[in-house]
Amino acid sequence: MSDSKAMTEAELIERFQSRIDDEQKIEPKDWMPEGYRKNLIRQISQHAHSEVIGMQPEGNWITRAPTLRRKAILLAKVQDEGGHGLYLYSAAETLGVSREELIAALQSGEAKYASIFNYPTLTWADIGAIGWLVDGAAIVNQVSLQRTSYGPYARGMVRICKEESFHQRQGYEIMLALSRGNEAQRAMAQDSINRFWWPSLMMFGPHDAESAHSGQSMKWKIKRQSNDELRQKFVDQTVKQVEVLDMTLPDPDLKWNEGRGHYDFGEIDWEEFKRSMSGGGPCSRQRVAHHVKAHEEGAWVREALRAYQKKQKSQADKAAA
Amino acid sequence: MTRIAIENPVEMYAVRLGDDALVLGHRLSEWSSNAPFLEEDLALSNVALDYIGRARMFYTYAGQLRNDGTTEDDYAYLRDCRDYYNLLIHELPRGDFAFSMARQYLVDVFNLAYLAELQQSRDESLAAIAGKAVKESTYHLRRSNDWIMRLGQGTRESLRRLQDAVVELWGFTPELFAMDALEIDLLAQGIAVDRAALRDSWDRQVRATLEAAGVTMPEPDWQVDGGRQGVHTEHLGHLLGELQFVQRAYPGLEW
Ligand SMILES: [Fe+2]
Ligand SMILES: [Fe+2]
Repeated sequence: MSDSKAMTEAELIERFQSRIDDEQKIEPKDWMPEGYRKNLIRQISQHAHSEVIGMQPEGNWITRAPTLRRKAILLAKVQDEGGHGLYLYSAAETLGVSREELIAALQSGEAKYASIFNYPTLTWADIGAIGWLVDGAAIVNQVSLQRTSYGPYARGMVRICKEESFHQRQGYEIMLALSRGNEAQRAMAQDSINRFWWPSLMMFGPHDAESAHSGQSMKWKIKRQSNDELRQKFVDQTVKQVEVLDMTLPDPDLKWNEGRGHYDFGEIDWEEFKRSMSGGGPCSRQRVAHHVKAHEEGAWVREALRAYQKKQKSQADKAAA
Repeated sequence: MTRIAIENPVEMYAVRLGDDALVLGHRLSEWSSNAPFLEEDLALSNVALDYIGRARMFYTYAGQLRNDGTTEDDYAYLRDCRDYYNLLIHELPRGDFAFSMARQYLVDVFNLAYLAELQQSRDESLAAIAGKAVKESTYHLRRSNDWIMRLGQGTRESLRRLQDAVVELWGFTPELFAMDALEIDLLAQGIAVDRAALRDSWDRQVRATLEAAGVTMPEPDWQVDGGRQGVHTEHLGHLLGELQFVQRAYPGLEW
């Protein structure tokens, strides 16, 4: 914008907000308030890290998947999640932060990722439960984010959502197979639901009233729907799916509320949520340590690649001279 | 569990090729979340997926030849070490990135030539599988060839690691070219590929690339084989222990 220097900060903010109100997408070269940029970097990078760290609990079963078909589907799914991480890192980079900085923030614990990935995958059923519940919760959130105000993030979400619905289907299909299996398989599936249900609800974040960034994010249309609205939507859609499995959700307070037209459900253990978010989940230390280890073990490869590219470039320059 | 006894030579041939693909695909899949950077993580998974897909096609065809309901999963999950017939190079642990890439390069050069020949097989099913796989291997080789040059001409450390990897792998390469009675017989029928005949051009190409990358070629003073007879390295048993865990712990179920 050539006239941006002539405008005062207040005028710029006003014009920015009116573009947002008008449902225009904000693009990387557009003027934006520093708070908007920071808020977006926080949210997009947290999202990217979740995709990447999420590869670990699911990757934990790639070498043990029970059939070749399941193995191929799981490997492709985990690969997709890595791809989502890549799109999102690229979207974050358009805001002037480098991938190295983002990774450093993940490894130092300064940047967060979805706390659900701090729970262990102990049985094959956990791969079903994660695909179904965790990707299911992610879709509810991401569908809403397709309308987020920042262009690169919104477009990334459109691409990602297409793959997520496939992920959810394959997860549910695993659960369905187990639900039709023998007693041990059914018990395995129910145990997974019991362990992953509450953490799935936590994925939507704190209640709207307690959410530190929510108000401003809604005003800037970074977020389009509140945490509680999205969580409710997820609960409503999931209850029906559990019934098809002929299994139960571990919540005695869960019941249909005719007046609201929604399911009521119990209170999340917010102490556990906080603990898990701040590095106290059962696998928190393991997840970050694994990322650090792979990154450090790969340092010599990245260095070799840089050195090779530099040599190639200087040879090309010499040839051109 | 009843052992899957394989008497039909074509079935055995398909199972051998399936075992090569599955075991290497499994090793490649171990790189998920472990690669030096995210793009490479995804690329390694791609290659792994190609190999696992290849294994599924070979096993499925083998099962069809039996015509008794034997599935791809029966071959993969219900055979013990002594009934696996992959060539040993495929089962070696993934090692560092240089080891995995050097193995991939050696195997990619071989597979590209092998599959091109297998496309001419008089067995139409094998020829069709080869036709699909040869395209994948063309892409795999482009990648692994690039990595050999990058590692060889990158840093002193990357060259050292590449050199060490080639030395460790070298004694496992002669087995790629070993023909036995079964394959000689299938070759005479126009079904199997003459692996021995691929050796010279493989050797020339591999030496030229590795030397261009700065690797000193090892002396061929040792070699290990036995995969086709089910005599493996100790690593395969552990790989199968992991691969087959669910099917062994909960036998006979649908997943
Ligand atoms: Fe994802
Ligand atoms: Fe997903």
